[in-house]
Formats: sequence, structure tokens, C-alpha cells
Amino acid sequence: MLIPQTWSLASYEYILSTKTFLRSMGISGILAVGGTLLSLIVTSSLAYVLSRRRLKGRKFILFAILITMLFNPGMIPNYLLIDKLGLMDSIWALILPSLTSAWYVFLMRNFYMEVPDELEEAAKIDGCSDIGVYFRIMIPVSASAMAAFGLFFAVAYWNTYFAGVLYINSDALRPMQVILQLMLVQSSTQVADPSVAQMLGSEQVMPPQVIKMAAVVISSIPIVVVYPFLQKYFTQGMMVGSVKG
Amino acid sequence: MSLPIERVQEGAAYLPSQAKPGSKPGALHEWKKAFKRDKYLYLLAVPGLLFFLVFKYFPMWGLSLAFQNYSPFLGFWDSEWVGFKYFAEFFSNPDFMILFRNTMAISLLNIVFFFPIPIILALLLNEVRLMVFKRIVQTIVYLPHFLSWVVIAGICFLLFGQADGIVNKLIEQFGGKPVAFLIEPNYFWGMLTAQSIWKEAGWGTIIFLAALSGINQDLYEAARIDGANRWNQMRYITIPGIKSTIIVLLILRLGQVMDVGFEQIYLMMSGPVAHVADVFDTYVYRVGIQQGRFGYATVAGIFKSVVGLILVVLTNRLAKKFGEEGLY
Repeated sequence: MLIPQTWSLASYEYILSTKTFLRSMGISGILAVGGTLLSLIVTSSLAYVLSRRRLKGRKFILFAILITMLFNPGMIPNYLLIDKLGLMDSIWALILPSLTSAWYVFLMRNFYMEVPDELEEAAKIDGCSDIGVYFRIMIPVSASAMAAFGLFFAVAYWNTYFAGVLYINSDALRPMQVILQLMLVQSSTQVADPSVAQMLGSEQVMPPQVIKMAAVVISSIPIVVVYPFLQKYFTQGMMVGSVKG
Repeated sequence: MSLPIERVQEGAAYLPSQAKPGSKPGALHEWKKAFKRDKYLYLLAVPGLLFFLVFKYFPMWGLSLAFQNYSPFLGFWDSEWVGFKYFAEFFSNPDFMILFRNTMAISLLNIVFFFPIPIILALLLNEVRLMVFKRIVQTIVYLPHFLSWVVIAGICFLLFGQADGIVNKLIEQFGGKPVAFLIEPNYFWGMLTAQSIWKEAGWGTIIFLAALSGINQDLYEAARIDGANRWNQMRYITIPGIKSTIIVLLILRLGQVMDVGFEQIYLMMSGPVAHVADVFDTYVYRVGIQQGRFGYATVAGIFKSVVGLILVVLTNRLAKKFGEEGLY
């Protein structure tokens, strides 16, 4: 009974033909691409600035960021903030609150601290401003760290789930993990969302189990395909200045 | 015996000479100069600083909700102030002990059963001499770290569901009775621990592998000359070589006992297991966001954050005592 008798891709074809799943994949795709780019820019620019020893006020800023790592006000204040900012039910609510974190800024700062000062000085002599140094020297120099952090950010955005539950109400903006969860955890009769219920509907020739399995595979494929190529970068990226012994 | 007094006097004598940087003449001028010189650097930091200000510092204001009977219609300013009413209510509520017990149980199970596994796995990987094989194994064991909790929970439901889970179908085929893996309260904590191990144990090896690669290779050669076999080398060189890393990570892990995986528990939680599954975050979500009792739920959140803060600071100090770099 558990050994497959025939191979079939019908369930994959079926899922990829449903509007609900494709649309949610699109949302998660936008998050993974757009969110990652924004995250990389915000994280690396701040990390670069904080790696410059001459910067006045650096210690204060570092301490202020450290506090956010140690103390988290929790779900309710964050929820009310999103509400007050008018971001409720907007895709920005899934991107902005997770743009970066103290941990990522510190890790990337460690990376920039190991870039020799001569590189910066040479660029300055050639007439680069600090912004020019950042875009023309520091970003290219940190390509491997960017690849590693990019992977971490992209995976986190692709896997966005609870923020979708908390902040998104309209069907059109639901990220994929939310739709996937509705499909997986509830049986076809319990699903509140009619479009999801329809996907698992009993009129289908396939058992819902098969459709569920296929959905799990589809949602994980992008990660499984991309990640092995970036593996060599993230072991580097993770270790930058963080472990010394 | 008079040491502490001496120290105080020393400190007192030292104080006046420690002038505040802000009170020095020309401090403002220095700031202006630095700002002019590095204006583009400061500009570059603006997006990041804005993020921390808006999304990490503004919400701290929301902590005042704990002292308010917050009404969304009245807002922060006009809602009624209730002092410590919600604190008294939360700590006297039997829910509090249940939340605390569940958090501690889930965390301690995690420390006892999860924590050693990445170490063992890293030691095993370290003994693999065929690099291709090692790399393939690493790729496979890191992978689950990147899967979402929705996927992990989903796989778990597909495997262990009572009516149509694969494991139960196998059990039935061999003539057994189906087991209610997912809704039996006695299995719930074990299920969470097993899930965490499956998802994160491989990823956890990275830090130990890095520590292992820092061991001086000459030691092994010397040991081999002295006739140590592979087992002895692991026992007397490898394990002592990563002992300090293990101790520090364990200490830092103890500082995070209040943090249990919210998404994981939220996804695995159901009616029959609610009394063993409920932790601070799930409680805050249910009572605060779903039932709209913002002030009361904020108290639960604050309790978790404050205890977490104290533990992190204490354990970090302890880690530094061992002469290691702490979390910060």
C-alpha cells in the first residue's frame, strides 16, 4: 500500500494550475528578492559605517544596537506599531520589521573591520567620497559575505509565516507559507479559506495527502536548488570574526 | 581584610580626575569637525539607524500598555491607567505557572537531548577523511535548517497523523493500533524536541567544526608518534580542544531558556495538547491579539523579556569569566 505503483506528476501540475498557490508563491518571491536586496543594503551600509574607527559616536550607536539584541518589547508593542504606521495588510509589514537585526549588523561589521584601511585610503586619494568607497570598494570586496547574508535573508523572507498571519488580512497578499499551512494542517472540510478548501476539494481525483506532499516539495524546491551553491559562502560568512577558538 | 574599603577609597580618589567627555571645552567643536569630515558616513548610516529607531525603539514605548486598560479607540494617551493591576492579575493567575512550567520543560529537554547532538555529529564529521563525503553529509544535515516550520510541521502531520499518517498506516499493517502521536499530551514535548533535533542539529555543528579546525594539527602528529590511536587522539586532543567552546555555548544556551520556538509550538499546538503546549508567546498572541486584552498580554510579554534579559546578561558574564568571548 505504501509502495508507489505508478509515478505521476499530476499533483504538481494541479497545484501549479491553481491561482491561490501561484499567487502566494509570487508574494513570497517578491519578499525573497526585494526584501533581501533592501536588507543587504541596510545591513551592510550601517555595518560599514560602524566599522570605521574614526567615526565619532560609534560606541554609543553600537551600544544602542546591542540593547535591541538583549531586550525585545514583544509581540503586542510590535503589532501596535505596525498598526500605527498604517502598514497593516500591506506587503511592507512583512519586509520592514525584519529588514535587519543587531546580530547581522555586528557580524557584517566584523567582516568590514578586517578589510585593510589601505583600500579605503587609496580610493580616497583617487577622489572617492565615503559613499563612493562603500559602493565601489566595500560592496565588491564583501561579495562572499553578501552571498552568505543574502541567502540567510532570502530564506527568512521565503519562509515568512507568522508575520503573514499577524499582519495580512486580504487573500491576495498572503505569503506562501500561510497558504501552505492552511493546506497542510487542516483537513479539506475544516479549511476556512474557500480557495484553499477548493484546492483540496473532494471532487479531485487525487487524495488530499498527495496534494499536500506535493505542496511541501514545491515550496521547498527553491531552497534546495539554490542553497548548495551558496554553502561555501555561508560557512565563511557565519564565521567572520565570530568564533575564535 | 581591609581590601574592599581600600578599593572604594581608590575609586573615590579616581573619580574627580575622570572628566566627562561632554564637559570638556571644545567638545562641541570637535563634534562639528567630525561631523563635517564624515558627513557622508553618517548619511550612509541613516537607513539602518532609522530602522533600529522605528522598529526596535518605538515599540518600547508600547510597554506602557502594561499599566493601561488600553482601548484602541482611545489610544495611548486617553486610555485608563491601572497601575500594577495586570501584573497582580497575571502572577496570581494559574495560567502563569503552566506557562512557566511548559517553557522550562521544553527548554530543559532541548538542552539535555538537543545540545550534545551537534557536538557528537561534529566529532564524527571531523573523523571523516574523504572530503567529498564530508561535504555531501554537511550539505544534507544543514538543509533542514533552511526549511520553514510550516514545512516541518506539515511533514510531521503527514507522517504521524492519527487517521492517515504514514507511520500509523504502517503500524496498522503490522496489526498494531494507531497511536495518537500529535494529540497525546505525554508525547508533545518529546515531539517538539525531536523536531528541533531534526531541523537544527546539523546546522549546530558549524560552530563546533570551526572550533575543531582551530586545533593545532601538530598535536595529532606528536600523539601518533607516541602511539596514540584514533580513539585516544579524540579523547586526549580533540575533546579537550573544544571543551571551552562547549562550556561557553552551554552557558549562553542557558541564558536563552525563556526562548522557545514560537512558530514551532504555534503550529503544533491543538486543543488536546494546549495545556502542555502553551508558552509565553503563544499566550500573548491568544490573549492579547485574538482576545484583544492588550494590557494584560503585554505583562506576560514583559515578564518573558525581562527574565530573558537578566539571564542573558548573567550568563554572558559567566562566559567571559571562562576567558571566552561572550554573546557581546
